[in-house]
Amino acid sequence: MKKIFERPASLHNAPFHYCPGCGHSIIHRLIAQVIDEMKLHEKTICALGVGCAVVAYNYFDVDLIESPHGRAAAVATGVKRARPGSVVFTYQGDGDLAAIGTAETFHAANRGELITVFFVNNAVYGMTGGQMAPTSLIGQKTTTSPAGRNQDTAGYPLKFSEVLAQLQGTSYLERVAVNSPANVRKAKKAIAKGFQHQLKKTGFSMVEILSPCPTNWRMGTIESCKWIDEVMTKEYPLGVIKEKKC
Amino acid sequence: MNKQLMSGNSAIGEAAIQAGCKFYFGYPITPQNELPEYMSARLPEEKGAAFLQAESEVGAINMVIGASSVGARVMTSSSSPGISLKQEGISYLAGQELPAVIINVVRGGPGLGSIYSAQSDYFQSTRGGGHGDYRTIVLAPASVQELADMTALAFDLADTYRTPVIVSADGVLGQMMEPVRIPSKKGRKKITKDYALTGAKGRPSKAIHSFRMDPKDQEDHNWKLMRKYKRIEQREVRYETFLLDDAEMAVVAYGTAARIARGAINRLRKENLKVGLIRPKTLWPFPAEIIRETAQQLHDFFVFEMSAGQMIDDVKLSLDGSGTIHFYGRPGGVIPSPVELYRIISRHYYQSQRKRGK
Amino acid sequence: MKGSVTINQELCKGCAFCMTFCPRHALSLSKKLNRKGYTVAAFDEQKGCTGCATCAQLCPEIAIEVYRDE
Repeated sequence: MKKIFERPASLHNAPFHYCPGCGHSIIHRLIAQVIDEMKLHEKTICALGVGCAVVAYNYFDVDLIESPHGRAAAVATGVKRARPGSVVFTYQGDGDLAAIGTAETFHAANRGELITVFFVNNAVYGMTGGQMAPTSLIGQKTTTSPAGRNQDTAGYPLKFSEVLAQLQGTSYLERVAVNSPANVRKAKKAIAKGFQHQLKKTGFSMVEILSPCPTNWRMGTIESCKWIDEVMTKEYPLGVIKEKKC
Repeated sequence: MNKQLMSGNSAIGEAAIQAGCKFYFGYPITPQNELPEYMSARLPEEKGAAFLQAESEVGAINMVIGASSVGARVMTSSSSPGISLKQEGISYLAGQELPAVIINVVRGGPGLGSIYSAQSDYFQSTRGGGHGDYRTIVLAPASVQELADMTALAFDLADTYRTPVIVSADGVLGQMMEPVRIPSKKGRKKITKDYALTGAKGRPSKAIHSFRMDPKDQEDHNWKLMRKYKRIEQREVRYETFLLDDAEMAVVAYGTAARIARGAINRLRKENLKVGLIRPKTLWPFPAEIIRETAQQLHDFFVFEMSAGQMIDDVKLSLDGSGTIHFYGRPGGVIPSPVELYRIISRHYYQSQRKRGK
Repeated sequence: MKGSVTINQELCKGCAFCMTFCPRHALSLSKKLNRKGYTVAAFDEQKGCTGCATCAQLCPEIAIEVYRDE
């Protein structure tokens, strides 16, 4: 028998620290697989955000620069402008990208920066213990919305991909999930497409990835996968939100 | 390059470009707007260079982090309120040991303050400024020529020590026009950057980060930074003295304040008041040694700042109880004339002399 | 097509994704605890694994290697 599946080369040989059933682990692996398959390892530089994945330099085996919380899109801009031949991606959670990083992400998109942003959306602040995120759903109980998110005081779930679609500088925006085999396959394709758009210089690309967070959703691992299908995708529909010709 | 008449803000820009600065990220704020404007016109003329006006000073300092991480010479500039916004990024640069040059054209504060010159960012610049145990080298020019020379020096120091460097100018220096010879590209030492990210080709991947999960690792890193700052303190102090040899009172002032002080001292000397000047050219590392040495020769130190009094703390620390410290400060952007300062210094001088029974 | 998988039980965190999505129900949660205290997945080669690698695609820990007759 022939081995047909093993750890991708662009991941360090280190066990993940993420919770059982966490989407980060799957997403890290998909990105690494795509980097291997597209032979991007030697020119990829990652601008890393702050969240559960703050130590992702222990996993991604590519050159990497830590960014202050929220600022990865601006750091990535500096990297790409100073070294245009590199392939630059950011890896950010929903707090990093859509709360504190709103301005930096929005303006990098508006400038059409030739970077690929990976936006891991689990509707909550994971690393800090489960606080409400701009992406949390109405009625969702979190540690800073113990009675459930109330739109009167805390506003509405933020659909950042749809917001960025308004900007001429964005060329490819797709929302995927990693909660089922079909979705994982689509997510990998979207990650590859994000890099393709960067290589073809069409503009700013972003893949928003709905990711299970069983610990902070206070659910089992399989229940979390179901919650994405039954509840989260009603608020955050999967699919291509915008794509210019590549 | 030939001597030419240039404004301070423009001289900073040209000196940076001649020093090999390829990337500038900034944001408009008075009184330094001429600098991003100058860079936006000049950088596209240079090969492989780029100018970008960021969405904010926060965006700009983070773009600096990115460009510095790939080994580029990169600069940003702002004025006091915008420098406050950059503190997080500067702290990260220090922790990540990445070089960068930050120009602060200081204006009155706190808050939105005033658009006129001040020296009220001294504490912010010399005590780290952002969070954590670190320092930034702070250079204090007092002329357009020094703006140019110190900008070039800032890049060399930043690369040599892998640390952010602040050039602390003020609105008057930024706007004034003086003859200046921009330091040339020729003969500049090239400093290799083996930490720079270039893509993991033919070598293991590199990660640049200031975060350390284990506090013992963080402590080791903190002491490593402190050893670096000790080396800088031993090697990079710069200052100038004026008419100090026979002085009985030493004015301590930097930047525009030092120029005003020179005017005042020239008037004082005409009346045989023996006053001299110690002008720090580096605010950090602070020239404590020359102040201590001078305390063996004279008793009275007159600190003059365009602020409510910040450098005075470092003068006190340097003197460590010896001597008498006099102070005159004008915060908010008001610039006293040399005549005004001469009157105040002479009053203090005569009072001191009377106390000593002369 | 015949297939087989190996599970690195020390990496497994018992999330049960593999067994939920395996079309042959060839994976199940054993009673065995690994060093971290997780109950780990186990593979039953009698269930006719086809080597589709769905389990490995869903395993967050990259604990599964997949083999297939070509």
